[in-house]
Amino acid sequence: MFFDPTILQSGQYHDWLVQGLVLSIQLTIVSFAFALPFGALLAVMRTSSFALPRAIGATLVEAIRNVPLLAHLLFWYFAFPELLPESLREVLYANNPEVVCAVIALSLYAGVHMAEDIRSGIRAVPATQLEAARSLGLGRVAAVRLVLLPQALRASVPPLLSQTVNLWKDSSVATVIGAAELMYQAARVETASFRSLEAFTFATLAYLTVSLLISAAAHLFQRRYPVRTA
Amino acid sequence: MLELIDTYWLYFLVGQYPEGPLGGLALTVLLSGAALVLALPLGLLLGIARVSPYRAISLPVAALVQVVRAVPLLLVLFWVYFFLPALTGVKTSQASTMLIVLVVFDSIYLAEIVAAGIRALPKGQLESARSLGLGYGAALRHVVLPQTLRHGLPSIVNQLVSTIKATSLGYIIGLSEVSFIATQINTLVFTQAVEVYLILALTYFILCFGLSRLAFLLERRLQRRSAQAS
Repeated sequence: MFFDPTILQSGQYHDWLVQGLVLSIQLTIVSFAFALPFGALLAVMRTSSFALPRAIGATLVEAIRNVPLLAHLLFWYFAFPELLPESLREVLYANNPEVVCAVIALSLYAGVHMAEDIRSGIRAVPATQLEAARSLGLGRVAAVRLVLLPQALRASVPPLLSQTVNLWKDSSVATVIGAAELMYQAARVETASFRSLEAFTFATLAYLTVSLLISAAAHLFQRRYPVRTA
Repeated sequence: MLELIDTYWLYFLVGQYPEGPLGGLALTVLLSGAALVLALPLGLLLGIARVSPYRAISLPVAALVQVVRAVPLLLVLFWVYFFLPALTGVKTSQASTMLIVLVVFDSIYLAEIVAAGIRALPKGQLESARSLGLGYGAALRHVVLPQTLRHGLPSIVNQLVSTIKATSLGYIIGLSEVSFIATQINTLVFTQAVEVYLILALTYFILCFGLSRLAFLLERRLQRRSAQAS
């Protein structure tokens, strides 16, 4: 048969593909959970009034985003364990090194992109907002927390969601170090059964569905909470 | 590290050339440049279609953009790699497979750049060109597009950076670009993974950071010029 949908509905190949999809989603969620605070920290550093944190933040962002994700993955998987002391390396090798290294690489890569989105959110808030808050008697920290950040975060949510779509798509690159995510499993089904059409159709629909769901969420958010212009 | 560079620099730069196909950094740069140049006319057409007043033209392009941006490049690479030979009966090389995929993705992203540029132009530009008696096509060609492209230049340079990073994904289908060559060098020397992958990361960094600085400078120069004009 040209296209055999039954192998997607049950059986071994179905199980492989679903396992891959589940791991892809897990990779995305865990990496997101690390990337967001990392990105927020970098954004705060880059908008700091002190030169040192600004310089460190800028260096980290440029160093990470100007190297392709694939090179990050190769480095973290093949080179990074060499730098670890013997005992830690054994711990890593005993605990799914592919997944751990993929999470490190994805978190760093997504983190610096999120940092830039949060930073432009912070910069989009007019400076007069902070000045007005200060002159009303709020302290520096209170002014940032109560006036600056709520507006900055609201402006950053749509770009952060589209960054999440990128993270979801980028999780496919983890296949290069053998993390058994969706792309890896689709290729595995292809090799084992030569049913490439079915395997890749499954993967395409899965990637498409999740991406479009996140994009729709971004669209809804923008509608429900439009950025207020000062 | 220096010893490593001293021994393998030529292999790193051009792969097996001239005994075999061109590879390494030269292939990465050549492929990225060629993809962007080939995608430019397509992107221009798609971008114009995207902002067309006729929904029959703009809607299909919008749908195409949504779909291509929702799936990982890696997945499209697999589709093309497995199905193009089946469809055409000719075995396509890794380099031409990668080129096709990059042109598809670049033209979609360029279309968004062109469309955004056209939308950002004051409406009066097109209207006054039309009222001077130019047809829609002539008004686009002589008035709208020259301005759009000039303002889009920094974004096009940034697209080149993305393309360079995307060529690394060819690694997965065995394209002998610079990441693939680095991995082969790593297999040859076996004990210096940290050095090998640091050199790879540094190479990408110099290339991409240099280009993104160029984009930044271009943008600043354009801003200064438009500030003078107004």
